[in-house]
Amino acid sequence: MTLRRWLQSSAVALLAATGLSALALPSAADAADHTGGTLRLTSSSAAGTIDPQVNYTAQDWQIFYITNDGLVEFKKDEGPGSNDVVPDLATSIPKPQDGGKTYVFTLRKGIKFSTGAEVTPDDVVASFQRLFKVSNPNAGSWYNVIVGADACIKTPATCTLAGGVVADDKANTITFHLTQPDSEFFYKLATPFGSILPANTPPKDLGTTPAAATGPYMITSNDPQKAMILKRNPYFKEWSAAAQPAGYVDEIDYTFGTKPEDEITAIENGQQDWMFDTPPADRLPEMSRKFPKQIHINPLFAIFYAPMNVNIAPFNNKDARLAVNYAFNRRSAVDIYGGPRLAVPNCQILPPGFPGYKPYCPYTKNPGTKWSAPDMAKAKSLMAASGQAGQKVTVISDDQNTDPQISTYLVSVLNQLGFKATLKVISANIQFTYIQNTKNNVQISLSQWYQDYPAASDFINVLLGCGSFHPGSDASINISGFCDKTIDAAIQKNLVTAVTDPKAANAEWAKLDHELTDQAPWVTMFTPKQLDFVSKRLGNFSYSDQFKVIFSQVWVQ
Amino acid sequence: MSDSVIDTPTPADLSGGGMGEPGEAMAAARTRATEGPWRAGLRKLMRDRTAMGAVVVLILIILACVAAPWYAQHVSQSDPFQSNLDGQITIGKNTLDIMQADTGGLGLGVTPIGPTWRGQYFLGADDQGRDVMARMLYGGRNSLIISFASTVICLVLAALVGTVAGFLGGWVDTILARLLDVLWAFPIYLLAISLSIVLISKGLQIGPINIPSNSLLIPIAIIGVVYVPYVARPIRGQVLSLARSDFVLAARCLGVPSSRILFRDILPNVTTTIIVFAPLMMALNMLTESALSFLSIGVQPPSASWGTIIQDGEDLLYTQPMVAIAPGLAIIVTVLALNFLGDGVRDAFDPRAKLRVGKG
Repeated sequence: MTLRRWLQSSAVALLAATGLSALALPSAADAADHTGGTLRLTSSSAAGTIDPQVNYTAQDWQIFYITNDGLVEFKKDEGPGSNDVVPDLATSIPKPQDGGKTYVFTLRKGIKFSTGAEVTPDDVVASFQRLFKVSNPNAGSWYNVIVGADACIKTPATCTLAGGVVADDKANTITFHLTQPDSEFFYKLATPFGSILPANTPPKDLGTTPAAATGPYMITSNDPQKAMILKRNPYFKEWSAAAQPAGYVDEIDYTFGTKPEDEITAIENGQQDWMFDTPPADRLPEMSRKFPKQIHINPLFAIFYAPMNVNIAPFNNKDARLAVNYAFNRRSAVDIYGGPRLAVPNCQILPPGFPGYKPYCPYTKNPGTKWSAPDMAKAKSLMAASGQAGQKVTVISDDQNTDPQISTYLVSVLNQLGFKATLKVISANIQFTYIQNTKNNVQISLSQWYQDYPAASDFINVLLGCGSFHPGSDASINISGFCDKTIDAAIQKNLVTAVTDPKAANAEWAKLDHELTDQAPWVTMFTPKQLDFVSKRLGNFSYSDQFKVIFSQVWVQ
Repeated sequence: MSDSVIDTPTPADLSGGGMGEPGEAMAAARTRATEGPWRAGLRKLMRDRTAMGAVVVLILIILACVAAPWYAQHVSQSDPFQSNLDGQITIGKNTLDIMQADTGGLGLGVTPIGPTWRGQYFLGADDQGRDVMARMLYGGRNSLIISFASTVICLVLAALVGTVAGFLGGWVDTILARLLDVLWAFPIYLLAISLSIVLISKGLQIGPINIPSNSLLIPIAIIGVVYVPYVARPIRGQVLSLARSDFVLAARCLGVPSSRILFRDILPNVTTTIIVFAPLMMALNMLTESALSFLSIGVQPPSASWGTIIQDGEDLLYTQPMVAIAPGLAIIVTVLALNFLGDGVRDAFDPRAKLRVGKG
C-alpha cells in the first residue's frame, strides 16, 4: 500500500469512526437544503397489486414502508439497528401480559390518513379483520395466533376477530389476545401486512387503486404498464423519526417496462436515479470501472438454493441429494452471479449474520465452517451408492437475471454425476408457484428466499416446517416437501422458547440449522449481496436490512 | 404446352449464340434437343458460378458441422455441453482462467475468456465456460438438420395438399383451400411461437408415440407445418392450370385414367416448382428455427443451435460480443448460400417462373 493510499484509507476510517452517525442523520440546515425535487426509480415491471395487505414482494414493500404505517415498525436506520422494532402508530411497545398472550397498544393521537380522517382504534380492528377478508398470503401462517383467527380463515367474509382484537375508543387502545405466545408477533405487525388502513377500505384486493396513506408519501397514480407516482402526503407530520421520518424529495416517479440493460444506461446518463432490477452480469465490469462511486454494495439476508423434492425419485434418496451437494461448485455459481464481491458461498439454511447463524459446511473438500471446493470423489461414491445414475431429472428455472445460467450449471453438475438432466426455463411470473405445487412433480428447481423479518424461523420453519407443506397447492413454500416429525417438533418447541429466552432459542436454531443441512433437502448455493446502482445526483444513500434503500431518506438536490 | 418443363430449343439457340462454328452449334443444339429437361437443368445449374459457389460454401459448412465431435475431442479438447466455469487453459507460457474475474474498479463481474484464435477456445468461451467454436459446430448440425427436415416435411405436405386440392377440385378443393387460407391468415411467427410454447411445455403425444419436449422433432414439425400454405398455394394454382391444359384434356379424351394423368402428366410438371422451393424454404426455415431458439422455444438445452448460441451471447454483448456475432455470421452465410443456390436452381429448372426474387 502506498503512503497516499494509506492516508486515504486512514482518513476514511477516521471519518467512519467519528462522523458516521452525523452523515446518516443530516442536520436540519442540511435537510432543508436538500428538500425537493423528483426521485426517479425504474423497474422492468410492476409488482402486481398495490394493496399493502396483499402484495408480498420486496419491490412494493420498499414503497409501502414510506406510504403506510403499522402499530410498530422496523427502525428506519442503517446497519443492525434497522432490525429493531420501534413504536410507530402506537405510543410505545407494549409489555406482554398473560404470559405473552395479551398486548395492549395505545394509539398516538392526531395522526391522519391522506384522506384527512384521523386514525382511530376502529381502523386498527378493521385492518386486522381485512387481512383475512382479502386473503392475505400469510393470514393463516402469521396471524393465525390471534384469537378468532380460525373462524376468519374458515369464513373470511364474516371475519370479526371477536375477542382477538379489541378497540377501546375512550382509552384509545387496542388489545390483542393471542391463542399462544408468539416471539415474532411484533415483527409480523411491523411488515406492510400490518399496515393500518381506514375502516371503510373495501374488503377486497385494491388491485391498482392506492390505499390511503399515513406515511410521508402517498401513491397518487398507478399504471402497472407505465408508472407509479408518489407525492407528499399533505396530512403527514413527523411523529417519530425512528419509525417514519419525513422525506426529502417532493415526488417519486417509478417507471415500469424498461429492460435492465437500458436501466443501467439511463442511470449512467442521469435520466434515472435508481433501478430495482439486478444489473446484468455483463455490465458489471463497466459499471465498476466507470462509476464506482455510484455503486453501493450491502449485505442481504437471503439465499439462492435448489430445493430437491424429497418425496419423488431420484431425490427421495438421501445419498443422491448428498451427492449433488458435494458436487456443486458454489464458487462457480458465485462467479455466474457476479463474482465474490457480490455473493458468498453458503452450505446451510440460514444466511451469514442472521440470528441463529453458526457457520457450518459439511459439503466441501475440508468439511468445517467454510466452503472451499467441491468433493467430486465423495459425490461420485455417494451417487454410486444411491443407485440413481441414469435417472431423468428436469431442472425448473425462471427466466430472470442470472437464474437460467445458474440452472444450466446445475444441469451440468447433475449430468456429471450420471443423471440425465435437462433444463426447463419458464416465466418468472409462474415459476415460483409452479415449483411449489406437488401436482407438477418438480424434481429440482432454482429458488431464492429473502427474509421477511430477522428471525431464524423465517427460514427454518417457513421453508422446511411440516406446516408449510401443502400437497397439491400453489402455496406450499416448503418446496422440497421435507417433513421430519422429530425436527418439526423441535422447531415448534423452539418457537415457544423464543418468547421468553431469545438467546437459548437462537442456540437451538443453530442446532436445527445444522441438522436440516445434514438432511440435504436443498443445495444451498450462496448468499447474495445487494448492489444498488444510483445516479450521480442521488445523495444520502440510506440502506436498511429490512427496506434496503429508504426512499424517503435519499435526496436528489 | 406453355407450362410443360420441356425446354424446346429456340431459333436463337440453334443459330449458335456465340458458340463458334455453325456445325458445332448445330451439334450442340442437337445434343440439347435430345437430352432430358433434368439433365438440361443440371447443366445450366453447373454453369451458374454463383450457385456453384454457394454449393461449395454449403458443402464446407456441412463438412465442418459433421466434424464437430472430432473438433471437440482433438482441437478444442473440451465437452461443449458441460460447464467449465473453474477451468483453465495454457496459452504460450501463461495459464489463464476460462472465467476471468474483473480486477478494475470495484472488481465486479466475471467475464468468459475471449477469442484465443488458437485450437482451444478459438472464438472464446460462453457464460458457462464452454468453447464457443465447438458449440457452433454442434449447433450448426442441429440448425441444418432442423431446416432440412422441416423443409422436407413442408414440401411433402404442401405437394400433397396442393395437388389433391388442384386436381380433384370441387368441395375437396374448397375445404383444403380455405384451410390453407386460415393457416396463412395467422402471422407465421405468432403461430410458430404459440405452437412451440404449447408443445415444448408438454411434449407431443400422438397415439403410442411420445415425443419429449426437448426433442428436435418438435421444432422440425412446427416449422414444417407453418409454411405449408406458402408452398401449397402456388402448387395448387399450378395444378389447377395444368388440369385445364390441352395435353391433360387430350389425355382425358383418350380415356387415360385420372391416376395416370396425375402421376405421368401433372406431378412431373409440379416437381420443378418443389425443387425450386427447396433451397429457399431451407433458408427460411433456418431463420425461423434461429428465431424460435433465440426465444427459448426452439432447440432446448443442453442441445444447441445457432439460435440458442446467439441467445447465450445476448448476455455477453458488452464483454464478449463474439459469442453472439459468430453464430449470427454463420446463419447469414448459410442463408445467403441457400438463397443463391435457390436462385440458381430456379433459373435452371424453372426459367419462366413468374415469381422471381432478387434478380431483375
